[in-house]
Amino acid sequence: MALPALAIFLLFGVVPLVGVLVLSFTRWDGLGAITPAGFANWRSVLSDPGLPHALWVTFEIMILSWLVQTPLSLLLGVFLAGRQRYRAMLAVVYFVPLLLSSAAIAITYKALLDPNFGLGAGLKIGFLTQDWLGRGDLALAVVIFVVSWQFIPFHSLIYQGGVRQIPTTMYEAASIDGAGRIRQFFSITVPQLKYTIITSSTLMVVGSLTFFDLIFVLTAGGPGDATRVLALDMYKRGFQANLMGPASVIAVLLVLIGLALALILRRLGGSATASQQEGA
Amino acid sequence: MTTSRRTFLRLTAGGAVAAGLAACGTSGPQSSGTSTGGAAAGTGTTYWFLTGQPQQSIREAQVKRFNEANPDTQIKTTQFQNDAFKQKIKTAIGAGQGPTLIWGWGGGGLKSYVDANQVEDLTGFFGQNAELKNQIFPAAFGAGTVNGKIYAMPVEATTPIVLFYNKKAFEKIGAEPPQSWGDIMDLVPKFNDAKIAPFSLGGQSRWTNMMWLEFLYDRIGGSEVFQNIFDGKPDAWSDPSSLKALEEVQKLVKANGFIKGFSSITADSNADQALLYTGKAAMMLHGAWTYGGMKADGGDFVTGGHLGYMNFPPVDGGKGDPTSTVGNPAAYLSISSKASDQDKEVAKKFLAGNTLDAPSVDAWVGAGNIPVVKSAEAKLASVQDKNDAAWLKFVYDTSSKAKTFGQSWDQALSPTAAEALLDNIAKLFQLSISPQQFADSMNGVIGK
Repeated sequence: MALPALAIFLLFGVVPLVGVLVLSFTRWDGLGAITPAGFANWRSVLSDPGLPHALWVTFEIMILSWLVQTPLSLLLGVFLAGRQRYRAMLAVVYFVPLLLSSAAIAITYKALLDPNFGLGAGLKIGFLTQDWLGRGDLALAVVIFVVSWQFIPFHSLIYQGGVRQIPTTMYEAASIDGAGRIRQFFSITVPQLKYTIITSSTLMVVGSLTFFDLIFVLTAGGPGDATRVLALDMYKRGFQANLMGPASVIAVLLVLIGLALALILRRLGGSATASQQEGA
Repeated sequence: MTTSRRTFLRLTAGGAVAAGLAACGTSGPQSSGTSTGGAAAGTGTTYWFLTGQPQQSIREAQVKRFNEANPDTQIKTTQFQNDAFKQKIKTAIGAGQGPTLIWGWGGGGLKSYVDANQVEDLTGFFGQNAELKNQIFPAAFGAGTVNGKIYAMPVEATTPIVLFYNKKAFEKIGAEPPQSWGDIMDLVPKFNDAKIAPFSLGGQSRWTNMMWLEFLYDRIGGSEVFQNIFDGKPDAWSDPSSLKALEEVQKLVKANGFIKGFSSITADSNADQALLYTGKAAMMLHGAWTYGGMKADGGDFVTGGHLGYMNFPPVDGGKGDPTSTVGNPAAYLSISSKASDQDKEVAKKFLAGNTLDAPSVDAWVGAGNIPVVKSAEAKLASVQDKNDAAWLKFVYDTSSKAKTFGQSWDQALSPTAAEALLDNIAKLFQLSISPQQFADSMNGVIGK
């Protein structure tokens, strides 16, 4: 059973990884011959002021989108865990953003937020006619908003499943002891969801390293480099500037950061249920 | 969101795509190398080009005519959007899976293909087809020539960058079109007071901002300022004219010369054109290729004679020649050196017989473009629509009378330098870097 999976993992996971590692020590424009470059790429990337900036933007988006998504998904998940029929209906509606591709979402939001032809200009709502994607701080906020809008449904689903696993007897006992709903939420629901929170956070944090499509279409990293995350920086260096070596250095850094973060989060939660949602 | 394993794959996939493509380079649709040349008779000739009307239908019609006339040697086409094409073609050529006929902009991109031995030397081809060569505007060969050899045939239309304006917007504030850079700066507050944006700009695309610098550099310092940069002279970006041009453009940004939110507008969506023809903006600096789009989408804007246009005005005290222009002297077609001999012959036959033939010239003129052949002038008289006729005469005069026709910088420079340039230009327009910082970081990539 494990053999095909291992083969696929080696072929599509390990082989490209080794390839990227090798490329990071070479000079290649994507067209001509590949020539060895020693540590030149590593030196140039690590001393480039663009790297700390891209790292900072990446972590900013990672942390802020986690802060927005986690409480909202948790509350929605708890709400949707109820068995009432209207909640099941709402769950279907909430699920819709997850069915759309990132590129479609980005194009739609871009059109809606257009300062001249967008929603605000069309409906003549002053508040909505900001230069959403043209100002650095606003563009970053928009990216976090759209990311949250897209992925909150998914994490709500995880929390819904988690909440439904909590034995109802615990709530019954708490009611008898006189605990209100808020007290029950903080004393039973949240502690019981510890592993679910860790799983969901791991997916959010590691996944946010790969935000590319959405940002690429929405802002292309702009204005200036205000939303240029590491993944986008890698793409621009590799496929627009034809510098495959430095792009590979960033790819290696992304792998290392992603692995480190996943390991840290896994350690936080012990080993019990992490990563149950494989393949989602 | 993704799982950890898929994340892992996606993380590595980005950097490794090229390596992966290289690995399967022999299994592509197009046979590479001459050993398989005769295997599939005439089925391997491929041609990739850009979508977008009216150019797309003209290219389709050219291939259709060729395929009908040559039933044994068919050319297969694949079409891409502009930005997608730029990525795809580079990767495909690097992986040995490029098309037989490579459409491009010449200049730095072509040079990188030449350096990697990916394109055929066409000097001999033009030696055999001297008549064809003499038909084409001589200036158009510049960007198709590397180290004295012709590697790409100039085809399609010459598209200078033009200052477009909306006549209705000028009537509204009672102003005349600008005759100098000073006039432009004076017009900015007047239009802003009337709640009309002075200039439309699709700033997210970045090369749109670049057109402003191309003209300001030329008008202030003359064509040699960019020539020095192109030639790789050290610190050429720090030329006093260069710094002056960068300052002027930042002055225009600070005076709200560009439409609100220009940094989030893309040229691919044609929103910048829409701003001009809907009257939300008064002027727009853009390529001649936008004429067709504005005519098709702008209601009676073009057909009603509301579109005005001119060459970029002089800057007071500037050294540049006011007749000079910048833009794309032509589009370029190269032949892959990795194609089979048979496919190369088919491609050459197509180049010689179907790219600048009479029906193509008619089609380009009919769509409001000047094809890069001398016979185009004779066709102008036959244009019925008076707006189109005036426009075509203007483009023909601008291109043929220009003292210099500078190639767009992002095409002239190497892809590495061009990407750094576009990046810094976006920041310059965001006012997040000063002219001096711009020059310093661009000096760092000179000659790269």
